[in-house]
Amino acid sequence: MLTATTLSVRQGGRCVLRNLAFTARRGAVTGLIGPNGVGKSTLLRAIAGLLPHDGHLRIDGQPLPADARERARLIGYLPQGHHLHWPLTVRRTVELGRLPHLGPLGRLGRADRAAVDRVMAATGIAPLSDRAVPTLSGGERARVMLARVLAADAPLLLADEPTAALDPGHQLRILALLRAEATERARAVLVVLHDLSLAARSCDNLILMLPDGGVIAGPTPSVLTAEALRAAYGVSFAVTRLADTPLVVPLTTAPLPAGPSHPQTNAGVLAHAD
Amino acid sequence: MRASFTLFGGLIALVIAAALAGLGGGYVPLSPADILSGLSGVGDPRLVAIVREVRAPRVLLGLEVGAALGLSGAALQGLMRNPLAEPGLIGVSSSAGLGAVIAFYFGLAALSPYALPLLAMAGAVAATLVLLAVAARDGSTLTLILSGIALSSLSVALTSLAMNLAPNPYAITEMLLWLMGSLKDRTPTDALTALPFILAGGALLLTAGRGLDALALGEDTARSLGVDLTRLRLRVIGGVAAAVGASVAVSGSIGFVGLVVPHLLRPLVGHEPGRLLLPSALGGAALVTVADLVTRLLPTTQEVMLGVVTALVGAPFFLVLILRARREAL
Repeated sequence: MLTATTLSVRQGGRCVLRNLAFTARRGAVTGLIGPNGVGKSTLLRAIAGLLPHDGHLRIDGQPLPADARERARLIGYLPQGHHLHWPLTVRRTVELGRLPHLGPLGRLGRADRAAVDRVMAATGIAPLSDRAVPTLSGGERARVMLARVLAADAPLLLADEPTAALDPGHQLRILALLRAEATERARAVLVVLHDLSLAARSCDNLILMLPDGGVIAGPTPSVLTAEALRAAYGVSFAVTRLADTPLVVPLTTAPLPAGPSHPQTNAGVLAHAD
Repeated sequence: MRASFTLFGGLIALVIAAALAGLGGGYVPLSPADILSGLSGVGDPRLVAIVREVRAPRVLLGLEVGAALGLSGAALQGLMRNPLAEPGLIGVSSSAGLGAVIAFYFGLAALSPYALPLLAMAGAVAATLVLLAVAARDGSTLTLILSGIALSSLSVALTSLAMNLAPNPYAITEMLLWLMGSLKDRTPTDALTALPFILAGGALLLTAGRGLDALALGEDTARSLGVDLTRLRLRVIGGVAAAVGASVAVSGSIGFVGLVVPHLLRPLVGHEPGRLLLPSALGGAALVTVADLVTRLLPTTQEVMLGVVTALVGAPFFLVLILRARREAL
């Protein structure tokens, strides 16, 4: 379980996240939602150890290790976008996810190959093994990148908008995969989502980040209320159900709240420029 | 796995063939038997002198300089995730060249045989220190490339200034010829002076493979996989400075080897930056040795300079590469 208490993140001398407290349980999918610029990606980067932070972050009660490789074995991080700088094969790309486990010579052992085989089968990309990643469709590429982060077998999984730019079928498939990893392998999954209906149907718990720096966290139905969403997005919402599926529909726009926003990270910009 | 054995076998055979051709080819053609007796020091003393004093240092230099340039190119391309990166690009080559020109300008090169290589390496080290300071402050690749371009322009300007103010036309000629890059008239001492630096730099670069592989996924992901990017950068820049600085110190600037060789070999190693390193060293060694043989065999009154040959072949290649990269980006 990931526990954050009094978590603050400073970027460029400015405090962009202040005094946050939340948890992400093992065996559950926790959704991280909130308007653009509220700091969802920043929060994930801080947890992944890419940004310095104040306050406490613990995994299963233990503080995060200072050593980067040790931390990489505990936390898998899937950034936004599916960028790959060289046209590697699918198998090699997934194998890169085993890096934190490799010895000094960098050779893959039997356990490493077994882990790679497993995640490739689970994500359904085994038949694409020898294809170059840039020749794949967007949905296939998203699954390759997901397999890459799953291969590390880390107890905590951070995914930054893994469903961006995917069709509804692929969106549901990616979230079903995350769900399976959470329940079958008792991982804590923390995923940034923008589609609120998708979040409503696929997350056990939600963390809603508000423009004023506050956070509403808890079981999904308790967070997804019309009032909370209005406070977060400045839009009135209808929260309803269609058959058995929760449905969150934005209705009318209110004036934009004058909340603080901060620039997107480089990673995000580059990923979109591609 | 089998594919990489074939690749290594082929490249090693190529390097051996290039070395034998380099020992045998030239103004006095030698048979393999001649080479063998020349190397072992028995037989015709003139033969022994040609092989031991002229051809062997030249071939050894070609191999080590080529390996340094090919390996440095592959490592820099991996670090910058850009197939157009080259040791010349980050200013190391031109700064080493500046050091050498200073040695000529003050007449130090005539005073001591060590002045030229020492000053060239000092130039490479100075450029590296600047780059390291920049990299420690802001790790982005773009900053590194832009600083390299600025450094390289500064070195070229200072080199031009030295020529501009040169005491006599003879000094200018000497600087110019040296800057063109050549393996002609090098002594066994030259070959042995550069070797330890090239080996040390090469060892640093060869251990960077895993980090370079991870960088294929971007800087954030590489860091999240436990790669220490600052240390990786220090390793690559330091390795390139040692290997290229020592190469430029003994051979002048030989361009485009670090660009062409990794590019040709990349598809054969599945585009993996780590697996590209060693083959690029072997390919570079073979290419420079063969290119040097070509300069000796061309029927010209003045021997054509090696740097001129590699630039004549490399520059159009570079242009085609840029055009193709642009087309792929569209």
